Amino acid sequence: MSVLVRIPTPLRSLTQGQAEIKVEGGSIGELIERLDARYAGLKDRLCEGDGKIRRFINIYVNEEDIRFLQGPATPLKTGDAVSIVPAIAGGTPKI
Amino acid sequence: MAHVKGLTCRECHRPYPAKPLHVCEFCFGPLEVDYDYAALRRVATRRAIEAGPPSIWRYRALLPVDGEAAVGHACGMTPLVRAKNLGAALGVQECYLKNDAVCHPTLSFKDRVVAVAVTKALEFGFQVVACASTGNLANSVAAHAAEASLKSVIFVPADLEQTKIVGTQIYRPTLVAVDGNYDEVNRLCSEVADKYGWAFVNINIRPYYAEGSKTFGFEIAEQLGWRAPQHIVVPAAGGSLVTKIWKGLKELHALDLIPEVRTRMYVAQAAGCGPIVNAIKADSEIIRPVKPKTIAKSLAIGNPADGYYAFKAVKESGGSGEHATDEEILDGIQLLAATEGIFTETAGGVTVAAARTLIARGVIPRDESLVISITGNGLKTQEALAGLLPAGLTIKPTLKAFDEALATHEAEAGGRLSAAGPGQERAR
Repeated sequence: MSVLVRIPTPLRSLTQGQAEIKVEGGSIGELIERLDARYAGLKDRLCEGDGKIRRFINIYVNEEDIRFLQGPATPLKTGDAVSIVPAIAGGTPKI
Repeated sequence: MAHVKGLTCRECHRPYPAKPLHVCEFCFGPLEVDYDYAALRRVATRRAIEAGPPSIWRYRALLPVDGEAAVGHACGMTPLVRAKNLGAALGVQECYLKNDAVCHPTLSFKDRVVAVAVTKALEFGFQVVACASTGNLANSVAAHAAEASLKSVIFVPADLEQTKIVGTQIYRPTLVAVDGNYDEVNRLCSEVADKYGWAFVNINIRPYYAEGSKTFGFEIAEQLGWRAPQHIVVPAAGGSLVTKIWKGLKELHALDLIPEVRTRMYVAQAAGCGPIVNAIKADSEIIRPVKPKTIAKSLAIGNPADGYYAFKAVKESGGSGEHATDEEILDGIQLLAATEGIFTETAGGVTVAAARTLIARGVIPRDESLVISITGNGLKTQEALAGLLPAGLTIKPTLKAFDEALATHEAEAGGRLSAAGPGQERAR
């Protein structure tokens, strides 16, 4: 289950400047764990202490907001594209 | 900066200095001004406020500015009108209108936030102010920039009402009409704000700007004799106003200026763009963005920046929300004009219509105090009424022509103007 994750500019300091990362994961939750294992501290930026995705972090799987899918349990399949987008002043990328 | 401690992330509560910042670097939550309330208790007294100028600046201690007001000295302290006729039409006993249709200088509540934002931009040393706007903000930023001798750059959706374009261009800003809706304009402006060193009032100055909205709530409480009403209906676009009125009332209570706040807050939105009301009705804190389709263009924000906080303010207060269809909006505008002689823009029509529905549904009780927020002036959205209003009587300049026209008019309208009024003596 290899998916492509797009990292927003403010988080690239954690990913050694990489804008796109290929990572394995069966769900969004698993993907965040894998990313955090590779780039320590990333999970802390994306999730609250209890693992809930932070309110102003939007995660999209193939253009759909995971809030309207299954949240962190949203399943992933090979070839899916995951975008992480901070919602800045209503700046969510699309409707 | 006597009473401002700095900025704090609303989400993760990390502290930041009082600089032109608006987003938490860590969790991307919005930043909010943090005050030293202990120090405020000593200076923000009823007596001090009442002795202040008849403008928003009487609440300067509760606003995030260091020095004196730089612009907008006559802004705010708009009338709180006891609306007996509208109350009777809606079936409520104690109805008030907070009428920012006459806010100085550009006839909408946006003058409150912009007076604060432009004063703050000058304190920060900016030379250019800018904004993304659905119209009222454009008018206000351009006007206050002119007063402050600053340059301004105004981004608006290209389909804006002509009167709002003229009401902006008269101040000679750089006006950028963007081929897209407000949400697209706003997204573009976030990128522009990153690239150019301008004071975007609703982006990098937002934490300061938004505080100006508290004065709408402060004034309601002071004008009611230092008490909060039981119900306030507020129109919402980005959701900031309702959030800040609620914050303002709670601040007044925390400073012992008013008794305990038992106000219920209600959000009014158009049916064609009601993401916050949708969330309130679904009782879900997740605001699902919508594509706006409404005549209330000043409220046409499909992805409201403060939607979650507006939702929270409503729920915390025990309030609710209601939609208004385009037809109801136009009825609302006309009802307000017919009952109170106040001409509001489409957003005011939304608020009146939503209040009407909330009362009819029994959500707002008929025997409790209600304030309906009128946030903009009808002269700005005249296009919305096209074809709805009757033509006047057109006559030759003779009494005979008038008599005939009046007789015809009375026959058609079913009214008897000629037999009415105290002027009993009439020529035969």
